[in-house]
Amino acid sequence: MSNPDERQRPKLAVVKFASCDGCQLSILNLEEDLLALGRMLDIAYFPEASSDMRPGPYDIALVEGSITTAEDAHRILALRQQAKVLITIGACAMAGGIQSLRNWADVESFKRTVYPSPEYIQSLSTSTPISEHVHVDFELWGCPIDKSQLLRVITDLMVGVQPRLPADSVCLECKRRGNVCVLVAKGLPCLGPVTKTGCGAICPGMGRDCYGCFGPSEGARKGPGLPPNTTSLARHFHGELQLIPIEVMRRFRGINGSVSPFRAESDIWEQKT
Amino acid sequence: MSDLPIGWRDHQEPGRYRLEQTGSQDIFGVVHGPQSLKPFVFAPREPLLQIERTKGGFAAHPALPHPEQIAVIGARACDLAGLAIQDRIFLNDAYRDPYYAARRDELFVIAVNCTRALSTCFCASMETGPRAKTGFDLALTKVDDMLLIEAGSEAGSGLLSELSLSPAHENLIDEAARCIEACARSQVRQLDHARLPQALYDAHDHPRWDEVAGRCLACANCTMVCPTCFCHTVEETPDLSNQQTAHARLWDSCFTQEHGYIHGKNIRPTIKDRYRMWLTHKLASWIDQFGMSGCVGCGRCITWCPVGIDLTEELSALLTSDSRSSVVGSPVEGT
Ligand code: SF4
Ligand code: SF4
Ligand code: SF4
Ligand code: SF4
Ligand code: SF4
Repeated sequence: MSNPDERQRPKLAVVKFASCDGCQLSILNLEEDLLALGRMLDIAYFPEASSDMRPGPYDIALVEGSITTAEDAHRILALRQQAKVLITIGACAMAGGIQSLRNWADVESFKRTVYPSPEYIQSLSTSTPISEHVHVDFELWGCPIDKSQLLRVITDLMVGVQPRLPADSVCLECKRRGNVCVLVAKGLPCLGPVTKTGCGAICPGMGRDCYGCFGPSEGARKGPGLPPNTTSLARHFHGELQLIPIEVMRRFRGINGSVSPFRAESDIWEQKT
Repeated sequence: MSDLPIGWRDHQEPGRYRLEQTGSQDIFGVVHGPQSLKPFVFAPREPLLQIERTKGGFAAHPALPHPEQIAVIGARACDLAGLAIQDRIFLNDAYRDPYYAARRDELFVIAVNCTRALSTCFCASMETGPRAKTGFDLALTKVDDMLLIEAGSEAGSGLLSELSLSPAHENLIDEAARCIEACARSQVRQLDHARLPQALYDAHDHPRWDEVAGRCLACANCTMVCPTCFCHTVEETPDLSNQQTAHARLWDSCFTQEHGYIHGKNIRPTIKDRYRMWLTHKLASWIDQFGMSGCVGCGRCITWCPVGIDLTEELSALLTSDSRSSVVGSPVEGT
């Protein structure tokens, strides 16, 4: 695949739905690797980076954000038709994101509280992951995603091998990096043991607890792997680390709160509050 | 001197580690930290090969480490026992690992004999401590405000001869032995290994495995901190030009999904399968494999388990026959 000419380079689209744009920024932050990416791929549609927006079909579509409007629910179906490989990027696309907290609340009352003319706001009552609407080929978790994981998936796809996306817990990488465990040594309610690796254990590396932005380590989707043992960890947060039930609930109902099994765990602790 | 943990003391319990400043002048009050000697020799991430495309093929260049000499001060008897096991694994015969060997050659170990045991320690029952028997260059024992130094290697003797020290009085040697002996007796945990390995194989269908699987997170911390665990995986990191790739080895664990994946099937899908793999390898099949236990009794897996699972407690439950186990027959496991 050395130096393919303009017409042969696979076409890339980066498409946004309901999100903060942080994952797209991670792509822009690739700096010189972004130039290399530009040589490898024809960046055909990336409104955040360029006003040169060409129509599909695309070889690879990176999808950021969740579905929160009826219009977006149609837009994602159309994009799927145009994309050979569709990769979701970030917690919003994966799990509905922080905006999926609305799934436990009354969106109409939010509208009335925030907007003087709520009738102009057209929003669904839920924020849902892309995978609830269309088939997703690969998932890049994180809030935001990890740059090297993104590059890794793209290089793997370019040479035609199955991208390597390990499903280990954050703890493995945390220990490989030589961090001192903040759960054991400081009593912080770290979600690392049930969270998927990929970030390089950056939060414990800074002395703080993981809040699960890479989602459940295993079992979030159909396929190999079992849901992580959130029950045992939650019990430990409550029994040993003295979190009250609402705090345990909030630990699991964060950025990936809508994805099973974090959702199931937060619901259990909501009952106890 | 200011880098030494003067006056600090560690407290370890299942799932809990705390440091305390006692204000004393004690240099070796911290018994042991989050890791053993393992990361110094079996690196958590070791680049193995740099592979590049050539005309019509590829070339692989070994990326052998060029480590600096490292002297470790304060290694404990359990750490040395762990190192001896890793030496057995990585340096044996035809399977000598050049990456491990390169790091191992540069290691100078100053051990400290333990005179205080942690609540999680059980080296006495594993017969690996608290006295450092072999594998050190120098070994220190603190008796009141005296330091007894013993050389265990040529390099150690060489260093000792350069210092102007007075020969130890016999009384001091006896007193040191008494302190170490008292430390051994003070250990509250022990591992009942007399009937291993067979007793653990016999416990394969014990209901306790289900019970511990209800607590275990499959997070792998126990294997990461264990001084003897040697599992690793390899990873390719290609560069964007698609001309080069870095081939590296990194710590792996029998608690990961991939570890149990063989040719289209995961043979250890459940947490129960994975916990059973770890404990059975560590305490039983290790004996068949290497002629010794895979556990040196350091207690790290107890302290650094986020939910405080204690293998000594699990083993004793597993070796107690459970009335239910006789009717279990062949349980249906994870699908
Ligand atoms: S700090 Fe968190 S991620 Fe790191 S080992 Fe501890 S529990 Fe796991
Ligand atoms: S440590 Fe946890 S919260 Fe922090 S970046 Fe990694 S996955 Fe996200
Ligand atoms: S199994 Fe646990 S106690 Fe035994 S050597 Fe490993 S970490 Fe130490
Ligand atoms: S206990 Fe598990 S991680 Fe440790 S050496 Fe055995 S199989 Fe490997
Ligand atoms: S025993 Fe503890 S440290 Fe080991 S995998 Fe289970 S929860 Fe993690």
